[in-house]
Amino acid sequence: MPFLQSLYRAFVETDASLAEINPLVVTGDGRLIALDAKMNFDDNALYRHKDLLELRDLDEEDPLEVQASNYKLNYIKLDGTVGCMVNGAGLAMATMDIIKLAGGAPANFLDVGGGASADQVKNAFKILTSDKAVRSVFINIFGGILRCDVLATGVVAAARELQMKLPVVVRMEGTNVEEGRQILRDSGLNFTIGENMKDGAEKAVRLAGGAR
Amino acid sequence: MSILVNELTRVIVQGLTGREGGFHAGQMITYGTKVVAGVTPGKGGTLHNDVPVFNTVAEAARETHANAAAIFVPPPFAADAILESIDAGLPLVVCITEGVPTLDMVRVAAALRGSQTRLIGPNCPGIISPGKCKIGIMPGQIHREGHVGVVSRSGTLTYEAVGQLTHLGIGQSTCIGIGGDPIIGTSFLDAMRLFNDDPDTHAIVMIGEIGGNAEQQAAEFIRGRVRKPVVGFIAGQTAPPGRRMGHAGAIISGGAGTAKEKYEVMAAAGIRCVQSPADIGQTMAAALGKPVAQ
Repeated sequence: MPFLQSLYRAFVETDASLAEINPLVVTGDGRLIALDAKMNFDDNALYRHKDLLELRDLDEEDPLEVQASNYKLNYIKLDGTVGCMVNGAGLAMATMDIIKLAGGAPANFLDVGGGASADQVKNAFKILTSDKAVRSVFINIFGGILRCDVLATGVVAAARELQMKLPVVVRMEGTNVEEGRQILRDSGLNFTIGENMKDGAEKAVRLAGGAR
Repeated sequence: MSILVNELTRVIVQGLTGREGGFHAGQMITYGTKVVAGVTPGKGGTLHNDVPVFNTVAEAARETHANAAAIFVPPPFAADAILESIDAGLPLVVCITEGVPTLDMVRVAAALRGSQTRLIGPNCPGIISPGKCKIGIMPGQIHREGHVGVVSRSGTLTYEAVGQLTHLGIGQSTCIGIGGDPIIGTSFLDAMRLFNDDPDTHAIVMIGEIGGNAEQQAAEFIRGRVRKPVVGFIAGQTAPPGRRMGHAGAIISGGAGTAKEKYEVMAAAGIRCVQSPADIGQTMAAALGKPVAQ
């Protein structure tokens, strides 16, 4: 009983999401001993567990994912050729799905956050271009409150500063979408406009070298 | 008609004087939502953009007859903000905050049981009954009044679906983002019951994602009880197992919670499942017998 109480305390006081003991042994003199254990912790609660945060071993993580987390970008590397930059986790997953349906393969999951600021777009470009497998980039932003002309200006500035060579397909939705598209067209850079999510995905797959 | 929020909804904004809370309260007021009070401890008695600020939710509710709260406070304080609104007896609390620790939400879930409060979120875009009331951060102008209920775990993906519906001339009764966390106040099942009982909602869009079994529970209910057409999509068909896809709850763990598994249960329940997120609007148009463009 004290053993289970201690396990409960260890779980609750560290904001764990998993506490697994395997193996648990009973010694000859009747004592219970945990020989090995695995614990996972809630990312959202790490702000109140500085000691746990210090245990993070960056060598155990994908270097691009570490770099992305420094930029506060949500990035997961996959093994395809179409780099994705999307605002919102659900739409980011759906964008990966539609790339697959268009015959391609997503190179990553990347959520730039709801706001998709110019800085975040630039950071996202840096991450995407560090992945050498990426052949084209698909930016899918549902702005809504965010204005498309502001977004487009940020995308152009980031692409220019980083001297983007890859073909970039931009699909954006929201206020001032026509002005935004005009800014992309007038930039003289290698942008393709996606009329909607499906059209954007198909164009990005084609530019990455087609279906495989 | 609509569910949970309408022209009679009077909203308190917790965190009104913060950057996010202030901005989105302004957007809500512009949309026509009755934002009657703000709550920021220590700033009671002041006005913020013409909205009176109170120190506590109980005081704000008493003085303004509010019946809903929107929460925009930072994650370490969000659970306490929800508990305060439950304690004040507000019927509806919408928590937008992303990043609330799971064990904090365990305490909130316990407090919700037996209370008079319905919680939406956390980590969600909020709820809107187009033309009547918007509580949250969604772009109001993409919506249109009508008869399709939308329920989703996502933010921008919901906007995508709503955008498609509106583009095809299909309006919405109410759209709810239930949130992407593992512990949330209102589930797909809860939302489905409410939409099913609302005579003004004629059809339902359900947008799920990998992780958990909330979509399956809703599907079981739909199989037995729902005669309205339901269109379903699951995001994350290409997501690798064991990785958390942005949302805290979006993870395939131990092989469970895959898109495939969810689609199977949903299809068996008679839900019109779409594989492509681009087909949500047109599939609903077809289900409603509307002529389909293109």
